[in-house]
Amino acid sequence: MAELAIEVRGLRKEFTVRRKVGRLRRQRQTVAAVAGVDLSIERGELVGYIGPNGAGKSTTLKMLTGILYPTAGEISVCGMQPVPQRARLARRIGVVFGQRSALWWDLPLRESFDLLRHVHRVPSAEHATRLATCRRLLDLEGFLDIPVRQLSLGQRMRGELTAALLHNPEVLFLDEPTIGLDVVSRQAVRAFLAELAMRGDTTILLTTHDLADIERLCRRLVVIDRGRVVHDGSLEDLHARYGSRRRIVVDLDEPVAGGLDVPGASIESVTAEGRRITYTLHRGTAGQVVARLARLGSLRDVSVVEPDIEDVVARLYTSGSV
Amino acid sequence: MAERLLAYRHLFAAQIRSQTQYRASFAMDLASSAGFAVMDVLSVLVLFRMTPALGGFGAAEVFLMAALAMVGFAIADLIVGNVERLGVYVRTGLLDAVLIRPLGVLPQLIAIDFAPRRIGRVAQSLLALAVGFTVVDVDWTPSRVTMALLAPVTGVVLFSGLFVAGATLAFWWIESGEFANAFTYGGRDFTLYPVSVYSGWFRRLFAYGLGLAFVSYYPVLVLLGRPDPLGAPEFLAWLGPPVAAGVAVGAGLLWRTGLRHYRGTGS
Repeated sequence: MAELAIEVRGLRKEFTVRRKVGRLRRQRQTVAAVAGVDLSIERGELVGYIGPNGAGKSTTLKMLTGILYPTAGEISVCGMQPVPQRARLARRIGVVFGQRSALWWDLPLRESFDLLRHVHRVPSAEHATRLATCRRLLDLEGFLDIPVRQLSLGQRMRGELTAALLHNPEVLFLDEPTIGLDVVSRQAVRAFLAELAMRGDTTILLTTHDLADIERLCRRLVVIDRGRVVHDGSLEDLHARYGSRRRIVVDLDEPVAGGLDVPGASIESVTAEGRRITYTLHRGTAGQVVARLARLGSLRDVSVVEPDIEDVVARLYTSGSV
Repeated sequence: MAERLLAYRHLFAAQIRSQTQYRASFAMDLASSAGFAVMDVLSVLVLFRMTPALGGFGAAEVFLMAALAMVGFAIADLIVGNVERLGVYVRTGLLDAVLIRPLGVLPQLIAIDFAPRRIGRVAQSLLALAVGFTVVDVDWTPSRVTMALLAPVTGVVLFSGLFVAGATLAFWWIESGEFANAFTYGGRDFTLYPVSVYSGWFRRLFAYGLGLAFVSYYPVLVLLGRPDPLGAPEFLAWLGPPVAAGVAVGAGLLWRTGLRHYRGTGS
């Protein structure tokens, strides 16, 4: 228990929704947004919590941070129960909601940071050191004195990240921190998180729809669908489990009549009037495929396509029950 | 504890700085809200052009009653009146940002929505109360002085409780604002007049159910040394503070229950 930053057992959250049936009648219905999640995260881990819209990601995060009251199940974050010990826990965790601001809208960014120093009761020397680090790593220099409402989304998000880290939290919860950001800001945020994760003293739970975030940052992925965990493991495990393979695309000068079969690989498609052949590799190597085809005719181009997380996730999202 | 209070003070100051970012609209607010307080009290007197007495009380006595009610309401409104914005926080999910800070939710909402323009109303109502005490002949005794001091505090606590309880409804029912207003602003209007002008279930609900008779009616009876035309014993007037405390505690419990029902909004 002491080693775990987050431990969750049988977590459920049910909402009652009223649905219109007929002209006036409404039907009450109980919907489980989170339907029995178990999760153990060790100190210093960075875990990607992914899943389609409405899978229960945000709801889980809100229960872990003490915002929502769980219907059932046990939660321990930093050894505390989030709802009963919300205020105490808040001093030890940092939270960033991509679609909400924790900053003071009408005040300059610098003043928000100063307010948070008082809210979290951080000694000013410590505060100054951490702020200096964030200023450097997140490049806040140009806009510290601008009211938050006038910041661009990318600037604001860098501000939000700083705000969540100034009290040196043990666990950082990030709910879609890169949503809506431009490429440059996205990379800045990603690089910053990678650095934070590498130092290893902050546990990070991240929800995202951005596959580049996942590939770059998350060694461990927890995939949730319809309120349940459907995968918990590395990105490689996910590929292995859902049968994502490397593919090899071969362009020939002239179409060939037959003999395209290669042991250890299967033909996925033949296009461009027989001049482009796509194989999926099972046991064979790309070299074997190329060697075989070279005997059939002259090759114009060969490319190897690495398995794409996008495909895996898309398959996960659409298949429903996996 | 001291550190916590300091944190609230900083939130408070930040809110005032935020408000002064929009100087012109702040000035307008201040001017208009100050005007309204005077109108509320004076509107009571208009009735006396039609009738010499209301529920057995003369114009000066009702004026004192109305002023006392306004003081209680204006101060409560200044301090906690802004919790009525809870509905906005619940609907937009902004409450999330409040919940992730290591401070109480209710005190934070009070601090971050503090509306300094309401100070104007407090000042005006206090002025009205001072006038009220000069136009009514009070035969001052130690117990009447005590009542004169306790009554405004009772009003502040009771109205604060109503404000919090009313706002809490937003956890279950987001569009509850108007319903809650019926009890907060409606409660204020109720206390402007003697309880004896009302009748039936309406009187029972507002005067005794919500305890609003203790805001201005009973205190003025004590100050004037008059028996209650409705027959309540004199000692009842002194139960105001515990009744107000009860309402405040009830509102606090309701608030805690409501917070557990907070559903947030999508992502």
